[in-house]
Amino acid sequence: MTDELEMEEGGGVVKKFMFLNRKAPYGTIYALEGLEVVLISAAFDQDVCMAFVDDGVYQLMKNVDTTGIDMKNFSKTYRALEGYDIEKLYVEKESMEARGLTEDDFIVDVTVMSSAELAALMNEQDVVISH
Amino acid sequence: MLHIVNKSPTERNSLDSCLRLATKGSAVLLIEDAVYAATKGTAAAAKLQAAMADLKVYALAPDLNARGVAGRVLEGVNLVDYGGFVDLVAEHNTCQSWL
Repeated sequence: MTDELEMEEGGGVVKKFMFLNRKAPYGTIYALEGLEVVLISAAFDQDVCMAFVDDGVYQLMKNVDTTGIDMKNFSKTYRALEGYDIEKLYVEKESMEARGLTEDDFIVDVTVMSSAELAALMNEQDVVISH
Repeated sequence: MLHIVNKSPTERNSLDSCLRLATKGSAVLLIEDAVYAATKGTAAAAKLQAAMADLKVYALAPDLNARGVAGRVLEGVNLVDYGGFVDLVAEHNTCQSWL
């Protein structure tokens, strides 16, 4: 694998990172903490993508209003990812459909892919970090 | 009895266990990630709809709002706020939290 790694401008190694999100937001801290890790990773000029599987697809819902539960609304942070050069957002079709959702329900533009396609993409990564 | 469920139906089996063991006339209150069960188009929705013949189902509105699913609630689910949550607890002799 090492011989396939790209070099970044400063001479460092660029690895392919996938952040795999499988938890719903707000009920537990995983989604928010995971998002923080992704934003931090942007500082290291790596090839980063995010995948949303199972309840993780709920992280991307539009129309979030957290005023009633006294928690920070971090849904809009997904829109800021583009500014950090994190533009590859993948949603597993099976997870989305099992929840009665479509792409129109999401706050950001995503690429919807089948389990098989996502599995292939996962195999191409150097590092997969799961929250 | 008031049954309180707080876990997503696609992550834990607490809602399944609750619906299996709750008896006729009981109330089920969905809070936190369990509110996803009250949304249209999910596998849990069908189970919940069937259970509504015998059980009264409530969902906490602030939790639906926080998850962006307030517009997707199943018919027959009663929405409550925190004051309504307190009323439900006070109205029932016993509460069972499905942790």
